[in-house]
Amino acid sequence: MQGLVHDLGAFWGTLAGIGLSLLYLVAVLLTVAFILVFDRKVWAAVQMRKGPNVVGPFGLLQSFADFLKFVLKEIVIPSGANKTVFVIAPVITVLTSFMAWAVVPMAPGWGISNMNVGILYILAISSLGIYGIIMGGWASNSKYPFLGALRSAAQMVSYEVSIGFVIVTVLLLVGSLNLTDIVNHQKAGIWDWHAFSFIGAIVHGGSFAKVALGVVTGLIMFMMLWIFFISALAETNRPPFDLPEAESELVAGYQVEYSATLYLLFMMAEYVNIVFMCAMISIMFLGGWNLPWAEVTNPFIGCLVLYVKIWVIFFLFAMVKAIVPRYRYDQLMRIGWKIFLPTTLVAVAVVGAYVAFFGGNA
Amino acid sequence: MSIFQAIKGAAMTDFLGTFVLAMKVYFRRKPTVNYPFEKGPLSPRFRGEHALRRYANGEERCIACKLCEAICPAQAITIEAQPREDGSRRTTRYDIDMTKCIYCGFCQEACPVDAIVEGPNFEYATETREELFYNKERLLSNGDRWEREIAKNLELDAPYR
Amino acid sequence: MISIAAFWILSAVAVISALMVVSARNPVHSVLFLILTFFTTAGLFVLLGAEYLAMLLIVVYVGAVAVLFLFVVMMLDIDFVELKQGFMRYLPIGGLVALILFGMFIMVTSARIEAKIDPNMLASPTPDVSITSNAKAIGEILYTNYILFFQLAGLVLFVAMVGAIVLTLQHRQNVKRQSVTAQTARNRKTGVEIAKPKTGEGVSL
Repeated sequence: MQGLVHDLGAFWGTLAGIGLSLLYLVAVLLTVAFILVFDRKVWAAVQMRKGPNVVGPFGLLQSFADFLKFVLKEIVIPSGANKTVFVIAPVITVLTSFMAWAVVPMAPGWGISNMNVGILYILAISSLGIYGIIMGGWASNSKYPFLGALRSAAQMVSYEVSIGFVIVTVLLLVGSLNLTDIVNHQKAGIWDWHAFSFIGAIVHGGSFAKVALGVVTGLIMFMMLWIFFISALAETNRPPFDLPEAESELVAGYQVEYSATLYLLFMMAEYVNIVFMCAMISIMFLGGWNLPWAEVTNPFIGCLVLYVKIWVIFFLFAMVKAIVPRYRYDQLMRIGWKIFLPTTLVAVAVVGAYVAFFGGNA
Repeated sequence: MSIFQAIKGAAMTDFLGTFVLAMKVYFRRKPTVNYPFEKGPLSPRFRGEHALRRYANGEERCIACKLCEAICPAQAITIEAQPREDGSRRTTRYDIDMTKCIYCGFCQEACPVDAIVEGPNFEYATETREELFYNKERLLSNGDRWEREIAKNLELDAPYR
Repeated sequence: MISIAAFWILSAVAVISALMVVSARNPVHSVLFLILTFFTTAGLFVLLGAEYLAMLLIVVYVGAVAVLFLFVVMMLDIDFVELKQGFMRYLPIGGLVALILFGMFIMVTSARIEAKIDPNMLASPTPDVSITSNAKAIGEILYTNYILFFQLAGLVLFVAMVGAIVLTLQHRQNVKRQSVTAQTARNRKTGVEIAKPKTGEGVSL
């Protein structure tokens, strides 16, 4: 697909690239719309409710009704607010959340950019996302949004550290920052997926030391999957780490003063980020577009497989929201700095040792 | 002990247990009532919107004894009375301020002729406050509209009074 | 064509926002413009083909350093009017410093042009971009020829971090501390005791 853009030359290629990006954008937005309904349905089912079921068949169109409602409402800008920053903040948040999608390959050869520093790009963009939140909280010119923004930003910065180290373990195994390379590294089958590479270590065989260290590394990678999952929950301000929005303490955190479309942008960005994290988990740990028993080369099938994986992981996100009680803020910080950071550091060392002694083929 | 605990925590046994439990609940039949389309059962004693009843011949029951006005703890009822042309004592004014009413049901208990009753209707939200100041006309039309349900409820509840 | 346009746009935004950093009335706006400057500079790096550096610039400076700036500036209670009063007074000195820096910059550049260094010497010590990705190229140099300096730089940062912790860490007495392991280890057996006291007798705890 990138080849197509290059073949068309500078002008038409750029136009084709823009068209492609728009297509991607619409696909992501539609996914977000339905995943929102799915989220509410799962939450409702665990609480023995039916969830939204009025708009459209089984309530499938609920998100579109919500969208219309948000757009038609009046935008209230507090009189003491810093107007420019107040309006720019949600735009930045939503922009960065979409920008991160640029490097996500949906299927072999399907993606907007096949950057060879893809992972770094993702880290860079997700660190930019914090600004929208801080600016929104500050520009509201009110104490509670500001407190919420600070909490949110501190939380996101803390968990970016453990996310970074988890990503480093994957990078060490693959030896590339490119997301397509990461997926291709796991193409053989479920035993080669990074989450289950302890099976792969036994399957591939070799000297006793290699198998032993390989199994240990594989088990560590499985743990890394969970650490990444939990950090992703914290990074996207999802329950049980939704402290910036903790209703009993801060009402709605940095979004208190936001209404209508501006609020919609914040909420949309949050869900785009969540879907993005689901995509990242499936690409980095669960073989991306590859089936558990075989490699996929057909882009259509690959896209479908990855899409199903995204939904399955999102189901876990939704279940966590439904069943796990909210963390206290100091507990959140304790988990991030005192448990995840040391664990991931040790993991980086062990995985690094494995790669150094036995090469990268876990 | 604490190593065992750390392993247990790392294996997320608590989370997995909760997950299994949640999945069991997930597929249970949902007790949700699709409210505006389905409604839950109401007791015959349910105290909802007020109504003034009539006799079968169309004559209004209220004799303006003002017992309801006297007993009303929220003082939501206002009554003025005068003899009618045929000499019978009737109300000229019977107002209930529904914003004051606390739905205690004392008025229907006090009424000697079962004129003022609280019917089974609870869906009478309005857009303005003024619409909730009910007058005699409104109460009588309520009675006409809900007479069948009210009569049935009174009959069902009669053995216990 | 497009790359030239991109260069001019990015550099113009970078220069203008750099100017706004010093001239903006509100310090928070200054920091936000600083972030914009970093961002556009990263864009210029990408145009140069140094995407690894660009990403690092954003991750380190925008993602971590500028967030701390923003935190501090937002929480300070500054009187903006008073802050700007000395502007005219310090303008000559500030201008002088800027001029000297600019002069040095010119001197270095012209000296380099005059010296006519052998282009083969200047050619990058790393393999061409078409052969390896520049993340790999940087890594290969950093962890072979310059490993000592790289590690020393890391050590300096580490010492600074330890120093900051030593300065601020104080172990206070008489503070009840939470032991999470002890709390989560509590179960029915250790947490509850069922006593059946007889009438007239208490329970000894």
